Amino acid sequence: MSSEKIIPHSEAATKFNKDVERVNWHDETLWFVRAKRDKSAHQIADWELLRETASKIKNNVLSNIHDYLVEFEANAQRNGIIVHWAADAKEHNEIVHSIMAKHDVKQMVKSKSMLTEECHLNDYLAEKGIEVIDSDLGEYIVQLRKEPPSHIVLPAIHLKKEDVSETFHEHLGTEKGNFNPQYLTESARHSLRNTFLTRKVALTGVNFAVAETGEFVVCTNEGNADMGAHLADVHIACMGFEKLVPKREHLGVFLRLLARSATGQPITTFSSHFKKPRDGQEMHIVIVDNGRSKQLGREDFRNSLKCIRCGACMNTCPVYRRSGGHSYHNAVAGPIGSILAPNLDMSKNADLPFASTLCGSCTNVCPVKIDIHDQLYKWRQVLVKDGYTPTAKTVAMKTMAKVLANPTIFNIAGKSGRFVMKNIPGMVNNKMNKWYDQREMPDVPEESFREWYKKNSRESKSKDNE
Amino acid sequence: MSSKAEILNRIKLNQPDLVADLPDLSLLGSEQFDVLETYKTVLKGIGGDPVEVADYNEIINYIKSNYNLEKRLITTLPELSEIASLDWKTVDPHSLQNVELTVIKAHFGVAENSALWVTDDILGQRVAPFIAQYLAIVVQKKDILPTMQQAYNRIGNMEYGFGTFIAGPSKTADIEQSLVLGAHGARGLIVFLLD
Repeated sequence: MSSEKIIPHSEAATKFNKDVERVNWHDETLWFVRAKRDKSAHQIADWELLRETASKIKNNVLSNIHDYLVEFEANAQRNGIIVHWAADAKEHNEIVHSIMAKHDVKQMVKSKSMLTEECHLNDYLAEKGIEVIDSDLGEYIVQLRKEPPSHIVLPAIHLKKEDVSETFHEHLGTEKGNFNPQYLTESARHSLRNTFLTRKVALTGVNFAVAETGEFVVCTNEGNADMGAHLADVHIACMGFEKLVPKREHLGVFLRLLARSATGQPITTFSSHFKKPRDGQEMHIVIVDNGRSKQLGREDFRNSLKCIRCGACMNTCPVYRRSGGHSYHNAVAGPIGSILAPNLDMSKNADLPFASTLCGSCTNVCPVKIDIHDQLYKWRQVLVKDGYTPTAKTVAMKTMAKVLANPTIFNIAGKSGRFVMKNIPGMVNNKMNKWYDQREMPDVPEESFREWYKKNSRESKSKDNE
Repeated sequence: MSSKAEILNRIKLNQPDLVADLPDLSLLGSEQFDVLETYKTVLKGIGGDPVEVADYNEIINYIKSNYNLEKRLITTLPELSEIASLDWKTVDPHSLQNVELTVIKAHFGVAENSALWVTDDILGQRVAPFIAQYLAIVVQKKDILPTMQQAYNRIGNMEYGFGTFIAGPSKTADIEQSLVLGAHGARGLIVFLLD
């Protein structure tokens, strides 16, 4: 929540890193998913062409999004869907609540929607006395534990089966010490089936919305979005406006890329196209801005709006894999989240673009070819320039800039540095030195490169003259 | 100003001037492979069971020997009236909660991901394929298409209120990445591939 104090990424990651075994396990688990993605991608001869095509479609969307939204709204309304517009998270939450209030309903079943996480909808509705149950198994687990999801596709990827067993024992009365995933899933199936059968309102996210037809697509493996929506009297679908594609035929491109990039599956089990409410049902779409139009105006960062939320950049990221999703203190974690978050709030999220090695792996796996690592690098420059980085870092960088700009100072600094490291290593190898935190300091060379070069170039010159 | 006008104004102001053309989709979907074999292999890979049958009699026999006919079996296919009921299309969808097996047909299947395309008109009720403990879908072998590219060409401007691609049984891997079939929807999917 906005009132809570944010722990910076590096600090949160340090905590996560204390349990070495768990970090290694987290790292390997995500790498396993990344490897499945590779295997799946390599089976498609057209893979690179698909990525290029998807990226081009999204370029077209970004440059025509105004018209596509108008077209989408008109078609959705013609289909009998009620369309709402929300400028920010607050308005989104108010609209959802007003629909609940209109029907005098106090309970909701929800399928996965990172947008509602971004808007903190559950907390808002709880304050209004409305009970929300998240029906995706991973989301259900973290909800019972009162934690946010740590990954956009695999919400409970940070938990081991022992953790889930303990949580279910406490909340669902499952057998203590039974860690069997089959048994635990079955218990959740029973509990959630009752939820699906009794809820009058179901909320889902939106993976894609089609301007040409006014329909929207929701992808799940569990079938939870469908169980909720097809049994409820009211279906509310919430979408960021960037989810639009121009035509129905474009769905083919994105559905081929989405699940393969996410988990290595050839497609999600269910890819449901909602065009009209079923007889007697009410269907709503809430189109949300919440900073997206601002990001659209930032030329360097607008490509981030192409994101289809597959999570491939997280699974491949050496920093995410070793720091865990919660360390990103944002609904969307990992590399793409670190680009989206500063747009929402620079002061709260200034740490995130620095949580990267800039290795470029995220960019290489992105199915819509977002230049993720370039954007992270560009955000760093914006954030430093606008004064959002920690004072210690700014001072250090400014000092460094002065030293590097002046050969005499550089020379003296180098000499004294080597002297100190050699003769009084304790002055450098201590907790005050952030660089020393994760590293062994190197052995000091007898001379600097410059000294070596001066000597050698003189020797080689004299040799040449011989 | 309403939020709609405000959002649309901001978008208009901020969207790039350069209007990028839409790419040519006809370049896609030209991969060559054995369509039926690929379909079966991919379906098995995601936990479904392909069963090749010559006619509806074979389907009836298969269901008789693999499912408990004492339980509630429903279908939209008149050919299967001997083993499953047809009179459930207008009942309250909640009343389908005790269905053991739903049998429906698909418009077509897609080899590259084993997905089957179904819409309102052949579903009977939207919730039918999700709420049953088990699901069986009948598709003609000649209606298996290579990739999603051909699939959307086939769908074209088809009119529907709801349509979905179903690929395998409901599943989850949310507990330590262990694959479990039967999360909320069907625990198993039989695809009857009809000659």
